[in-house]
Amino acid sequence: MLKDITLGQFFPGNTIVHRLDPRVKLLLTLVYITALFIAQGLLGYILMLAVLLTCLSLSKIGPKTVLRGLRPVIIIILLTVILNVFFIRGETVLFEWRFIVITREGLVTAGFMASRLIMLIIGTFLLTYTTSPIALTDGLEQMLNPLKKIKLPIHELAMMMSIALRFIPTLIEETDKIMSAQKARGIDFETGGLISRARAVVPLIIPLFISAFRRADELATAMESRCYHGGEGRTRMKTLKAAWQDYTALLLGAGIIAAVIILRNVSFGIL
Amino acid sequence: MVQIKTDNLQFSYTSAVDSEQKIVLRGLDLEIEKGTFVAVLGHNGSGKSTLAKHFNAILLPQGGAVYVGGLNTSDESLILEIRRRVGMVFQNPDNQIVATVVEEDVAFAPENLGYPPAEIRRRVDEALQNVGMYEYRNHAPHLLSGGQKQRVAIAGVLAMEPECVVFDEPTAMLDPKGRESIVKVIRKLRNELGVTVVLITHHMDEAVSADRVVVMSSGEIIMDGTPREVFMDEITLRAAGLDIPETTSLIHSLREDGMDLPLSALTVEECAEAIFVAMKEGA
Repeated sequence: MLKDITLGQFFPGNTIVHRLDPRVKLLLTLVYITALFIAQGLLGYILMLAVLLTCLSLSKIGPKTVLRGLRPVIIIILLTVILNVFFIRGETVLFEWRFIVITREGLVTAGFMASRLIMLIIGTFLLTYTTSPIALTDGLEQMLNPLKKIKLPIHELAMMMSIALRFIPTLIEETDKIMSAQKARGIDFETGGLISRARAVVPLIIPLFISAFRRADELATAMESRCYHGGEGRTRMKTLKAAWQDYTALLLGAGIIAAVIILRNVSFGIL
Repeated sequence: MVQIKTDNLQFSYTSAVDSEQKIVLRGLDLEIEKGTFVAVLGHNGSGKSTLAKHFNAILLPQGGAVYVGGLNTSDESLILEIRRRVGMVFQNPDNQIVATVVEEDVAFAPENLGYPPAEIRRRVDEALQNVGMYEYRNHAPHLLSGGQKQRVAIAGVLAMEPECVVFDEPTAMLDPKGRESIVKVIRKLRNELGVTVVLITHHMDEAVSADRVVVMSSGEIIMDGTPREVFMDEITLRAAGLDIPETTSLIHSLREDGMDLPLSALTVEECAEAIFVAMKEGA
């Protein structure tokens, strides 16, 4: 049951988006977010939408998957829309009843805010959809490497992240086992009030923690046996190498930022 | 040539329960020849795992000394070289695998040793082929069976190109099929790759194909010889809390029933052959 959880929501594939260097993808995601916040006016938004749709179709991620990613944030989007519609007072009043005033400006801002949020979420999901967690960790480690100079433990952080990723399925499996064992002893995880359910979790959490500590101890011994001695002098089998596609993608990213800035000054009336 | 040598090795710890001093190893003298397959037997608490952890400087001697190819394990500057020479495979495969992809995990040790990428690639491919897991190189380890995971763990050690591999109860958590595949790999290491193998186990049947069997009981070596010599002495074995192999036990009971069988038949094939010959003569 717990096994069905997909982690990092990575969808393996072999498209150009999948093959891009993870460092470039991380950078481009930052560029994309920045561009979204700079974008103003209809043309800017249309440009960003076009960029997003092109990336989506290149990565061959289906519209269903994309919409599924939006589900958890629907409430936030709705809230933003409602707040903007009712609280932005503009000049052109469309509807008025007692204290409720809806203006044209309010509607427009709400529309822009909602589409900005939606594009933001889909864009960042695209990164995790097309990049495996290991590639992301590797990319982050190499990008943050210069920070080692100011004594930040970058290698250690990346190592912890990848070990955590490695052990999540193992611990989920273990949770499943302990749950079955405790159910066989008569513990009810599903019914009862909040307090009795919280109490039922205790006999699940304690054995899980004990086992996690035991695992950590054994893993440390096994890692030391395989000559692990921190990041110093360590090499990698697969080194990341940026190819021409990566440089092209970065150039395109810079172009998008420039275009968005230019388009800020072009406007059609209120839009 | 001697691969591993322990000289009056002593080890004890203070129990957390009753703060009493517990002696685990009482002055052990042991020499393991290069290229041999040595099985170390003993029931729980006999000190066999503690002994194994001294072979690659995971534990350091409190008294006496341990030498790996002449290098003293207490010398901290030699620690990486000692661990590269003596690889260690543990009981639970899940707790030895570091990475989320099989080949990345096998690359872990050579990466730690700082080899160039092309050399790491070569070692990883070779190690995976040696344990028969090359086709699984891009798989996620948590989706493999227990035996397959343990073979990946062995490959992870072989990628260091060690002179000796110490197995600490490698089959204790595996099903019969997984056990068989591990025993096969262990034999291959000894016979084809010329690696010294130390197998810590309490499965008598796995010790049958060893060159030498060492039996431990409460921190001391009580028997040391070829599998034949050791398994024929049923009384001493039982006193150490160990069983004899199934084949030997079958021959013992057939002899009691008056069948003329040699006690020296150890492997399943030898045992079957001996029974076959005896029945033919009887008929």
